[in-house]
Amino acid sequence: MSELPGDLLYTSEHEWLRKEEDGSITVGITEYAQAQLGDLVYIELPEVGAEVEEGGEMAVVESVKAASDVYAPVSGTVVEVNGVLADDPEKVNSDPYGDGWMVRLQPEDAGTGEAMDPEAYQELLDELEA
Amino acid sequence: MTAQEGMHVREPLIFEKSRPGRRATAQAPSVPAEHGLPAHVLRQDRPGLPEVSELQVVRHFTRLSQLNFSIDTHFYPLGSCTMKYNPRACNTLAMLPGFLERHPLSPAAHGQGFLACMYELQEMLKAVTGMKAVSLTPMAGAQGEFAGVAMIRAYHVARGEAHRNEIIVPDAAHGTNPATATMCGCVVKELATRDDGDVDVEALRSAVGPNTAGIMLTNPSTLGVFERRIQEVAAVVHDAGGLLYYDGANLNAILGKVLPGDMGFDVIHMNLHKTFSTPHGGGGPGSGAVGVGQRLLPFLPVPIVGREERDGEPGYRWLTEEDLPQTIGRLSAFMGNAGVLLRAYVYMRMLGREGMRRVAEFATLNANYLAARLAQAGFTLAFPERRASHEFVVTLKREARTLHVTAMDFAKALLDRGFHAPTTYFPLLVPECLLIEPTETETKETLDRFADAMVAIAKQAESDLERVQGAPWTTPVRRLDDVKAARRLDLAWTGGGGGSDASGTAGAANLKPSP
Amino acid sequence: MPFIPHTEEDVAAMLATIGVPDVESLFDEIPASLKIDGLAGVPDGLSEMEVTRLMRARAAEDEGMLSFLGAGAYAHHIPAVVWELTTRGEFYSAYTPYQAEASQGTLQTIYEYQSMMTALTGLDVSNASLYDGASALAEASLMAVRANRGTKSRRVLLAAGVNPRYEQVARAIAGNQGLVFERLPLDAERGVTDLDALEGAGEAVAVVVQQPAFFGTLEPVDALTDWAKRRGALLIAVVNPTSLALLAPPGAWGADGADIACGEGQPLGIPLSSGGPYFGFMTCKQPLVRQMPGRIVGRTSDVDGTSGFTLTLQAREQHIRRSKATSNICTNQGLMVTAATIYLSLLGAGGLAAVASASAARTRELADLLTAIKGVRRRFDGAHFHEITLELDRPVAPVLAHLAASGIVGGLDLSGVFPDLGHALLVCATEARSEADLRRYARAMTEAMGR
Repeated sequence: MSELPGDLLYTSEHEWLRKEEDGSITVGITEYAQAQLGDLVYIELPEVGAEVEEGGEMAVVESVKAASDVYAPVSGTVVEVNGVLADDPEKVNSDPYGDGWMVRLQPEDAGTGEAMDPEAYQELLDELEA
Repeated sequence: MTAQEGMHVREPLIFEKSRPGRRATAQAPSVPAEHGLPAHVLRQDRPGLPEVSELQVVRHFTRLSQLNFSIDTHFYPLGSCTMKYNPRACNTLAMLPGFLERHPLSPAAHGQGFLACMYELQEMLKAVTGMKAVSLTPMAGAQGEFAGVAMIRAYHVARGEAHRNEIIVPDAAHGTNPATATMCGCVVKELATRDDGDVDVEALRSAVGPNTAGIMLTNPSTLGVFERRIQEVAAVVHDAGGLLYYDGANLNAILGKVLPGDMGFDVIHMNLHKTFSTPHGGGGPGSGAVGVGQRLLPFLPVPIVGREERDGEPGYRWLTEEDLPQTIGRLSAFMGNAGVLLRAYVYMRMLGREGMRRVAEFATLNANYLAARLAQAGFTLAFPERRASHEFVVTLKREARTLHVTAMDFAKALLDRGFHAPTTYFPLLVPECLLIEPTETETKETLDRFADAMVAIAKQAESDLERVQGAPWTTPVRRLDDVKAARRLDLAWTGGGGGSDASGTAGAANLKPSP
Repeated sequence: MPFIPHTEEDVAAMLATIGVPDVESLFDEIPASLKIDGLAGVPDGLSEMEVTRLMRARAAEDEGMLSFLGAGAYAHHIPAVVWELTTRGEFYSAYTPYQAEASQGTLQTIYEYQSMMTALTGLDVSNASLYDGASALAEASLMAVRANRGTKSRRVLLAAGVNPRYEQVARAIAGNQGLVFERLPLDAERGVTDLDALEGAGEAVAVVVQQPAFFGTLEPVDALTDWAKRRGALLIAVVNPTSLALLAPPGAWGADGADIACGEGQPLGIPLSSGGPYFGFMTCKQPLVRQMPGRIVGRTSDVDGTSGFTLTLQAREQHIRRSKATSNICTNQGLMVTAATIYLSLLGAGGLAAVASASAARTRELADLLTAIKGVRRRFDGAHFHEITLELDRPVAPVLAHLAASGIVGGLDLSGVFPDLGHALLVCATEARSEADLRRYARAMTEAMGR
């Protein structure tokens, strides 16, 4: 498995998040998650302006044989969604940490919830591999 | 071109055979009539239906039918689906003109023959389930499930316990169980299954509580084994104030041997298209009759057929909302899948008391025999210490690791050998699994050939892996691109060779009349 | 032992392979206290000859009435081809097409069906069918809640002409999820929704319009559609598929069309058969496709590039989504869909229009004959399709009883469900009723009313 980007935080549900300079948080799913799901065929994103709660459902990713919820890593308001995914869900497969980003949130407070650093997430992945 | 290919050439869409002005002329009224409708209500275009001759229709659909595997043509050991022989007499007799031409709103006086069949069907279903009353209206297993859970909800609400909204579902359950609970406005609590296939009764004890509405169970379970501690399960749920729902998917395994009512169940749905051999029809119609114990009787869906003596003669009539004021209501516009019910009735009359018991015995014999054959050939049973019910689970985890062939590869390779595949990847708890249900109507020779085919596929994986991984090779199409199907939706013919894209420009939409 | 092929030698060999002495040993995991001795409540088995005798006698009891009932189920001619082909074992005894490579016949048939239903309704996508028309409306209402994120309302407004049975079924199925169904007011002169009384109807997630209306009348569908859209509701059309050969399709209603269409597929080659099996159809606009319940077939290609068909969008369904599925539905009414696809192929647009026109004409002729009788009048003004509501000058039930004595089922007494309409009787005649049939009804009605 490839190196985890060092500038991101991760959740135990295999989402990543990045704190942007304007205080917003960008969210996507990890390489591990996309590999587990297989070829994605549809991404259901929230509407801009929607309020999400930490740990609550924020998006749905669909492969041929599975549909999985993507949970909000922090509470906040959706300020932008990656509209490209409507026509190109495969971007999440090919570039999960880049063009495959999903949602940008304006968090309620400065915290990053339960998110962990790359080392801690790597340990979690190692356990899953074992 | 080989003979095989000659039989299997692609059959074009019926639309591609259409020519403007062609008609199956015998099929429309011969005298043109004036509809007399005002212009502003009329459609401005001609709907895009095919224009073909009667022979073209006959040939087209005959050829399409030949692209299917079916019980009538192939062994079809699809686990949890009970693909047994559908006796032809059931179809012929349900399609007698007197039955077919009767309008559903015709007064009961002009339907005593039909109603007598329905009443006796209710009685027989009561007898084989140990329930107090039966409603035949649910139109499929999932609707029967809905009716069952809706009755449980209505029961609690009527007792002033509307807060009871938790339905306990084992993690091995069929996906309809949790989906049904949601449709009834309940929340689902999943219950773990033990390694031996039984429900974890200790976990159940801690799962029940003041909000428990009930539990949904299949017995034998989806793992193909009988729930040995069922009486304990019933006591735990009842003591907590909940009710027990029996998913009748696997009733074939216990017909005439044990009654769900005796196990402690309060409500049951039956899949008449499984146990009572009505046709699956390429995915329906089904029939999901429900039976209940005393507690849920007032809540049964209507209509039900009642019997009363009039001048010494039996007479039958519909029982409706007036007779059951607490009913959960109507689930269909009329009376469920009446014609399917007639087929089940004929089947049950032909089997009779003794025949029903033999269904369970020989279904179980066939399953245990095939399980033994496969185990002796080196395949791994998921529950080797357990007795198989009418079906059993094989796990191909080892074959996937050592031979690099998955359960899906085995399934597809079986198609090449003239067998329909067993159920794959269900139950979800068992990795790389096949759920195999031979049913009682198959011969020993067929089971032997199937076991031999499984062995041959494993052997072929060692010598010619690509042949197995690339299977099927002999079907009308080979493995289909499911990802393309879901990403570039092509769901209707719109006049071209290709499809519309997911952004939505399907041609049929452009029908706005000009002002 | 009907349908069990085992010889005694087979059984002995199989038991030896399993390693048990007898069949009963295979049930040794069932607690002994639960085992039963036999099924007292089930009669002895019958041979095919005996059961044939029984069923012929039963069917004969129900024969011989000349019926003018409609109200959601219609007596049309069914070409011989339809059921000859539909009951071929390869269609009849196949399962749901999960193994696509072994089910191309069923899958292509469903794809052709979906294409025909989108063409008839003027909408973009169709599912592979639902149970019946009434339950399809329940599912359409639940779908509207999922699709219409612009409102939190759970109210579904029913146009005045929606079949009352459909309302009952929608309540029973969708009520548990908090949906509330309310009727819009009836224009008592025209037998359609009263457009002038729509103000104050409040917020709604969807508006349901049935065309033709239950009373056989024709709703102002364009005005109702535009009204629904203006208030942020989705428009659900309930339509009779035969009528769509002539009437404006839901996709063309109002400024931008209905969002969802559904209805009863029975008129398309399915026998009346005391109420089923029929099938419900459902089509919708493309953007709503992921909210649609039931199975959907798509066209794709195989590893060799050959075109083929498969179930698609399965992630919406119960076997994957479990408690979050769009519906708990598994089965469609596959066999009925096969019949309907064959029926529509045989008739084509021209044949279906001829059936629709002949039915409308027959109903008009029947109404003319009956309203010539003293004490019988048309209840509503305006155009009708193939049903019409009559009003008698006396209670309907005794008149129907008198007609029944002459072998005629004279229609549906509406006075119980719609007491405001007076002594109302809903009658229907399709192309399957001859001129002689109509005259026979008129003679019997003359007698019944002359008493």
